Amino acid sequence: MAEVVSLNNPSVKTGLSTKLAAGPRGKKPRPMFSPRNIMVYGALIFAAAYYLLPLYVMVVTSLKGMPEIRLGNIFSPPLEITFEPWVKAWSSACTGLNCDGLSRGFWNSVRITIPSTVVSIAIASINGYALANWRFKGADLFFTILIVGAFIPYQVMIYPIVIVLREMGLYGSLTGLIIVHTIFGMPILTLLFRNYFTSLPEELFKAARVDGAGFWTIYFKIMLPMSLPIFVVAMILQVTGIWNDFLFGVVFTRPEYYPMTVQLNNIVNSVQGVKEYNVNMAATILTGAVPLIVYFVSGRLFVRGIAAGAVKG
Amino acid sequence: MNSNSVSVRDLSLSFGAVTVLETLNLDVKDGEFLVLLGSSGCGKSTLLNCIAGLLDVSDGQIFIKDKNVTWEEPKDRGIGMVFQSYALYPQMTVEGNLSFGLKVAKLPQVEIDKRVARAAEILQIQPLLKRKPSELSGGQRQRVAIGRALVRDVDVFLFDEPLSNLDAKLRSELRVEIKRLHQSLKNTMIYVTHDQIEALTLADRIAVMKSGVIQQLADPMTIYNMPENLFVAGFIGSPSMNFFRGEIKDKGGRKVIDVNGVDFAMDAYPARGPLEAGRKVVLGVRPEHVKVDEPGDEIHDAIVDIEEPMGADNLLWLKLAGQTISVRIAGSRRYAPGTALKLSFDMSMASVFDAGTENRV
Repeated sequence: MAEVVSLNNPSVKTGLSTKLAAGPRGKKPRPMFSPRNIMVYGALIFAAAYYLLPLYVMVVTSLKGMPEIRLGNIFSPPLEITFEPWVKAWSSACTGLNCDGLSRGFWNSVRITIPSTVVSIAIASINGYALANWRFKGADLFFTILIVGAFIPYQVMIYPIVIVLREMGLYGSLTGLIIVHTIFGMPILTLLFRNYFTSLPEELFKAARVDGAGFWTIYFKIMLPMSLPIFVVAMILQVTGIWNDFLFGVVFTRPEYYPMTVQLNNIVNSVQGVKEYNVNMAATILTGAVPLIVYFVSGRLFVRGIAAGAVKG
Repeated sequence: MNSNSVSVRDLSLSFGAVTVLETLNLDVKDGEFLVLLGSSGCGKSTLLNCIAGLLDVSDGQIFIKDKNVTWEEPKDRGIGMVFQSYALYPQMTVEGNLSFGLKVAKLPQVEIDKRVARAAEILQIQPLLKRKPSELSGGQRQRVAIGRALVRDVDVFLFDEPLSNLDAKLRSELRVEIKRLHQSLKNTMIYVTHDQIEALTLADRIAVMKSGVIQQLADPMTIYNMPENLFVAGFIGSPSMNFFRGEIKDKGGRKVIDVNGVDFAMDAYPARGPLEAGRKVVLGVRPEHVKVDEPGDEIHDAIVDIEEPMGADNLLWLKLAGQTISVRIAGSRRYAPGTALKLSFDMSMASVFDAGTENRV
């Protein structure tokens, strides 16, 4: 019993104890270069390099002039750093007839992405909330239909949607495209929100009902403040998904409303004159910059939200 | 005019094909502390949720303060509810939690402040008002949750296993506090628990439930001493009541229960009706109603199998009539395993159940 008492005595930790026998003591040492560590870190470094190398080539190439690119050393860093390709890609690269660069497509994409993201998240979160907490009649059927919708290939629906939009007089407009994006985001977002709201303690919802809060009060005062992570997840999914969309952008809009991705394609694939690799690279990075920034800024919340949503299915 | 605070009449509830409650009737008197006791899945929480209005009933009626509230929203029923997981709103301070319902009800700020201050005083949580629930201990959280029911200024409090998430020490502390709260407020309280100690200590009356049916509704002492059927007898009491399966026989003009050849005389047992010879019965005796090495008119020999000293009590496990029984004696009396003992049974405190119907005879 005496040893047990002395374990709680701080002086034993600092001073040398005579009670301890020689041999293993305290934390077990782990070698840095164990086979396990070499495997794990080796695999991680390889995977990181695999994905980062193309980005490196793109950045490096975009900072070179055309004469330097023609030398063919795609991995070598630029001898003379020039930002001219970036300026050209943004403001004066030609797509078809007009030569005002990617800037127009950028603003089109912004005008498409922001309303689609906001509207789809607003509707889907309320859908998910209603499905999770207010089990109305036919909720399961509604949910099943919504989920089945997520598995139908987009290509099947394109032509019917073109007709619907034409009949509504929205074909070719930004509004039409925004509506399409909102609808197509619905299944996955509703699923995401429903699962998240189901994972919140049900008693919280009951307590709020006893307190007299109704559908909207509970949603805004109780559920919303607790759901920041899942809203960030939904925002990232929608911003990257809609920003990177090519198919809907090219099908449902006219050239003056083309989103950035479509315009990028037109710049890169234009067959007239010299292939300006540096301009193409700069244009590609510019187009990919928005999702990248979104990831970097909110990545931590993204992981937390995904994990939280995955607790219950 | 009756003085029932809550009255449940012919209540039925089914989820699809599963019937949870069937034509259940329950009257709770004004100011009464009623405990719904049962193991998990017996429908006790479901019944409480029906009374609260959080579940729509399939059939039947619920009256609170003589008003039919079957179709009313929870907020209009005049109830406050405390949940097992506290269910505090995590993003609000304690004060925000207490005042949320009052703000929703659009009460004037002066009134809100007054009620929050009063609840905080009763529960002694004034120093915590500005804190978030995440900064509180389990006991403090549950106190705030009780406060949230308190500020609503209602007639009926509903508790859904409020102490189950707390550790043993806090549980017994808060148990006393809830009892004190009931004594000072004199509100009607309906309390759901699976813990028989909570039920016995808190309740004015206990409703023991099993698969959606109330098995017995009585005050704690009646439930403990005169269980209505075999289920109640086995459910209440720790360690459990000793049961002997046997047959009633006539021996020399005395009624006895013959258990594997061992006879238990029934003279002292307060039977409800005649005990016919040949009837198969189950004799139940609580561990503390067995006397060890004391004079009695009927002595059984037994050998100590295991001894469990518990401080105040000492629990002996013995072999008698071919089965293991437990006996509770004072903690100061110690018996080593293997010791031979003389037992006598206090038949006036025993229970006898029909082996077929499992009801008390």
